[in-house]
Amino acid sequence: MRSLSAVPMRVAQSLRWFAHIWRSLRRSRQGTIGLMIVIVHMFIAVASPYIVPYAHHDIDGKNRLAAPSAEHPFGTDSFGRDLFTRVLLGGRAAIGVALLAAAIAVLWGGLLGILLAFIGGRVDEVLMRLVDALLAIPGLLVVLLIVVALGTGFSVLILTLGYAYGVTTVRVARGAALGYVASDFITAARARGERKTNIVLRELIPNLLDVLLVEYVMRASWALTAISSLSYLGFGIAPPTPDWGRMVFENQVMLAISPWGTLFPVFALASLIIGINLAGDALSKAIGLDRSQEAPT
Amino acid sequence: MLKLIVQRLLFSVITLTIVAVVVFAMTDLLPGDWATAYFGKWATEEGLAAMREEYGLNRPATERFAEWVGNALRGDFGDSLTRKKPVVELIKFRLRNSLLLGGLASLVTIPLATLLGISAGLRRDRAPDAIISTGSIVGMSTPEFVIGTLLIWALSVGLGLFPSMTLGNPDAPIVDLLPNVVMPTMTLTIASTAYLLRMVRTITINVLTSEYVEMATLKGLPRARVVFRHALPNILLPTINIMALMLSGLLGGTFVVEVVFNYPGLGRALVDAVSFRDVPMIQAIALLWAVMYVFFNLGADLMTTFLDPRLRSLRG
Repeated sequence: MRSLSAVPMRVAQSLRWFAHIWRSLRRSRQGTIGLMIVIVHMFIAVASPYIVPYAHHDIDGKNRLAAPSAEHPFGTDSFGRDLFTRVLLGGRAAIGVALLAAAIAVLWGGLLGILLAFIGGRVDEVLMRLVDALLAIPGLLVVLLIVVALGTGFSVLILTLGYAYGVTTVRVARGAALGYVASDFITAARARGERKTNIVLRELIPNLLDVLLVEYVMRASWALTAISSLSYLGFGIAPPTPDWGRMVFENQVMLAISPWGTLFPVFALASLIIGINLAGDALSKAIGLDRSQEAPT
Repeated sequence: MLKLIVQRLLFSVITLTIVAVVVFAMTDLLPGDWATAYFGKWATEEGLAAMREEYGLNRPATERFAEWVGNALRGDFGDSLTRKKPVVELIKFRLRNSLLLGGLASLVTIPLATLLGISAGLRRDRAPDAIISTGSIVGMSTPEFVIGTLLIWALSVGLGLFPSMTLGNPDAPIVDLLPNVVMPTMTLTIASTAYLLRMVRTITINVLTSEYVEMATLKGLPRARVVFRHALPNILLPTINIMALMLSGLLGGTFVVEVVFNYPGLGRALVDAVSFRDVPMIQAIALLWAVMYVFFNLGADLMTTFLDPRLRSLRG
């Protein structure tokens, strides 16, 4: 039976958790810097449609490949499009894809990993072998193959990246959950005769939230790298949507004449990914996790 | 010990089988078949029928899978759809080029990352460590195409030191490729050194805080002896597996870097094959990568087993 006070208690609990995450980030200088970078980027991603001076497809025919000026703060590209506008807008699609893909990855990968640790035995063994085999195929290759077959719509990109990065999450979540499965409070819960779903939902998952959060932050940064690389290669976010990865590709040929179209999106993308990683690293240190054992695939 | 080796070998075979199924399924069973994928919107009924006939696409997938695996085991991956030449012929030189690039990158990365990682670990949380660790986060998280583009801007456009892209054919002699391989190597080195050194640093810290190192220090042994005799072997052993993982990634060719510099390796061939729906080519390259991954992992496992006295004496 659930009492009426359960809901406010839940809210208070999650607020406390967020406060604890915030504090652990702020404790380290590295984490603070990372957090600030990410916040600035998130603000721009949300607010950019209201603050950009031009439309992303507006063409200023008289000013092609222009250097930064009062009229075009970041200069213009070879069509005469305003780079300030395009750089400010250029992260929205990629960030959206990355955040959603990472959420999917952590959701299915985390849940499956925790369940496997809890169930153990033959099922665990067979599925983990399968996971190991799937890791032998480079993640970006899998994404490339699926995207080519199903097209580069947003939902395809999100689901594919969500699948590809979830495979690694299974291992991490399983490893973290194994540490708890044998612990006293789980044994106690089993002895009390609690239902298995309850043990997983009420005992295991709350204890793994920190690990899953770090996992989410890392997957988001990898997904952002992956989607930007795909866009760069021409298999990701398609024009006319402005995107940093695609912008670097389009403007790279003009590097010798006008480097601005390459340098500004490069700076925008690199700063965001570095910011996420600085924050993620500080977070994992704060909660006593060793994140450096993982590697992007 | 023999049992251990047999077990590892068996796992490798199982892994490869699963990989073959997944690769085949992904390229073959996804919506439509290669005929529709190849023709795209220019597909006509006659064209599709002719192609399905030519490649036997009307037969059940299991039959075609068996045939594909059978041929692949004999080194025959069929003909490229776009070039009408045997895939093996097309891949040969690209594999060589990717091995050259990956080999050079690993030659620089492995000693550099080991050195930086251990020195950061030895001076944990002091200035050198802070610089190396933060630097490695930056290097590790910056996308490869960003590093590559910045190198082109600085070294090709700015200083005019190296050509920004390769214009020669894949079968050009290695000497001709050397100027072209420098910047891709630098890009890969920056990314993989950053990643490897973080691992080495963590392992170093774990080993240095272990009881046997503490014991050696308490016995009054000189610091150098503790580090080189007691700590170093235990630091290097676990890095073998990580290096194997990295090597398989580097030697297989990393497609983003190869595309940035138009380097004629396997990775770029794959991206081209993907854009032209050249299915036999995609299958061959994907499988080749997986084989390298499994091979290096197996090699690393066996090497650690031989080097680690604890595992060597294991009976069972």
